[in-house]
Amino acid sequence: MLITIQNMFKTYNMGDTAVHALDGVSFTIAAGEFVAIMGASGSGKSTLLNILGCLDTPTTGNYLLDGVEVSGMSRTQLAGIRNRKLGFVFQNFNLLSRTSALENAELPTFYNRLFRGAQRRKRAAEMLSRVGLGNRLDHTPAQLSGGQQQRVAIARALMNNPPVILADEPTGNLDSRSSIEIMGLFKNLNNEGITIVMVTHEEDIAACAKRRIMMRDGQIVTTSPTGKAQP
Amino acid sequence: MILKVALRAIFRNKTRSLLTALGIIVGIAAVIAVVAIGQGATTMMMREINSIGNNLIMVFPGSRNQGGVHAGSGASQTLTAEDGEVIAHDLVHLVKAVSPMVRTGSQVIYQENNWSTQIQGVSIDYPDVRSWGVENGVFFTTADQRSATRVCVIGSTVADNLFPDEDPVGKTIRIRNMPFRVLGVMVRKGSNTMGTDQDDVILAPYTTVKRVLQNSIFNNVNMLMISLYSLDDIPAAKDEIGALLRQRHKLGINTDDDFSLIDMTEITNTIGSMTKLMTILLTTVASISLLVGGIGIMNIMLVSVTERTREIGLRMAIGATPCDILLQFISEAIALSTAGGLLGVLLGIFGARLVGKLQQWPILVTESSVLIAFLFSAAVGMFFGFYPALRASRLNPIDCLRYE
Repeated sequence: MLITIQNMFKTYNMGDTAVHALDGVSFTIAAGEFVAIMGASGSGKSTLLNILGCLDTPTTGNYLLDGVEVSGMSRTQLAGIRNRKLGFVFQNFNLLSRTSALENAELPTFYNRLFRGAQRRKRAAEMLSRVGLGNRLDHTPAQLSGGQQQRVAIARALMNNPPVILADEPTGNLDSRSSIEIMGLFKNLNNEGITIVMVTHEEDIAACAKRRIMMRDGQIVTTSPTGKAQP
Repeated sequence: MILKVALRAIFRNKTRSLLTALGIIVGIAAVIAVVAIGQGATTMMMREINSIGNNLIMVFPGSRNQGGVHAGSGASQTLTAEDGEVIAHDLVHLVKAVSPMVRTGSQVIYQENNWSTQIQGVSIDYPDVRSWGVENGVFFTTADQRSATRVCVIGSTVADNLFPDEDPVGKTIRIRNMPFRVLGVMVRKGSNTMGTDQDDVILAPYTTVKRVLQNSIFNNVNMLMISLYSLDDIPAAKDEIGALLRQRHKLGINTDDDFSLIDMTEITNTIGSMTKLMTILLTTVASISLLVGGIGIMNIMLVSVTERTREIGLRMAIGATPCDILLQFISEAIALSTAGGLLGVLLGIFGARLVGKLQQWPILVTESSVLIAFLFSAAVGMFFGFYPALRASRLNPIDCLRYE
């Protein structure tokens, strides 16, 4: 299993009352899966994604990522995990403004000692070509459409060749045509063997995933293999 | 790499960066300029003192006290060239050379040229005492001194005026209607601190000046110039010279000195203490301006951290450790302050040069002052950049990514 979550709790103390954002969650994700996490706002899906993304730590419970026990790691160790094992795609792209697509894509390699100087540019150019932006290397975010900006973000997520890509409402800020394009790109990446975990509340977007996890009140309601028929 | 990121952040807000660095720029420029001007002045004064001879003791005849009536300084006639010879002979372990000096002024004539100048009667050791050599020709000899020959050595200003197109050596000039043979011309020394032209002088044996020019039967002199081997010997030498002179002048225990001893260390010390005072003042001013500049940098770095919260969140999400973020913002602050420091150094040198040009003031920009200013500006950046950078590194990536 690539991801194993066991009996996970995340509790926030709001004054006197304890709020359980995650209330005993357990599931596994195998390598090569394309999972959509769904649920209403406040259902705990964002908290789950943050923990999956090593941006947040659970109150209790275990998180095994790619054979490594992540819960209990220090901030610096978590940064290393995020850098090597995870790629992030955000709703609002989170690109650096006034910075070219190439340099935006290069960013994760600055925190990875395996890459040096010219290698960074080469890899960034390759990844941008892979997402179909090989001819837009020098464009800044302001010169790109929303769909193109999200492609730059995906290229950035691919830089360190992570086993998992985490996407948080990746189509939330896109028109329907761009959304379809981005989801197509995700499907292609998934077919190439990359595991994708995506949070969304849109049915048709979730339909692109091979499996969906429904959440309500910090618990998993159903985990159904939908759309498995689609290749 | 980290430098590139830092420089890009600075150039993204050119005007703001410039204004932020202005405190550092002005502070460093002021320090560099004032140090350059001050150092120039100090060096010039020190060089002049050295040209007079900084290990020099001058003995002047003192006031004469006759029946309770004080005559003015120099009225005593007890100081003689012989005193000088005895000092040179008896205190040979301390004293390098001694020369008496007898002064008079006169018009000097060579053919149709004439010039009014000072005539100094000195001994053959005078070049050693003043560390001042003959450029062209020779100095007078012991024989000239013993027999009060009418010979002289002239300063270059006198040479320029009396002999505009001729070699003065071997020519005869007339001083008070008496012929004097020119033996040589002294090396050009230039003007001293007070602006007196040191080359506007004629040197002759003191015996000649005393007997021939002043037509005097006494053998008192205006001054003894005594040069020592070492600057450190000045206090000891002053004591020994004083004791020797008192003994020679047969002064009783209750009698005041009939001479006064003056040395260059007093002047050197004054300059030294002035330099020290200036350094303290400068350090204070520099510290204040750098403090103000540093606070400016801290302020703008805090603004920058707030402005770029999302960027920090993103960088953390894609793998930046807290340490990476800390380094990024510190290096940005250092880059900002050293860039300011560099501009300040350039501005300071330019300003000092300008003052030097306009005021005819010597300027000395030392490498050490530039280096110290530069390093100091870097230190200011590091110190004042640390807190904002620490704040940035402690931010929670989730909050940062949601920050609007």
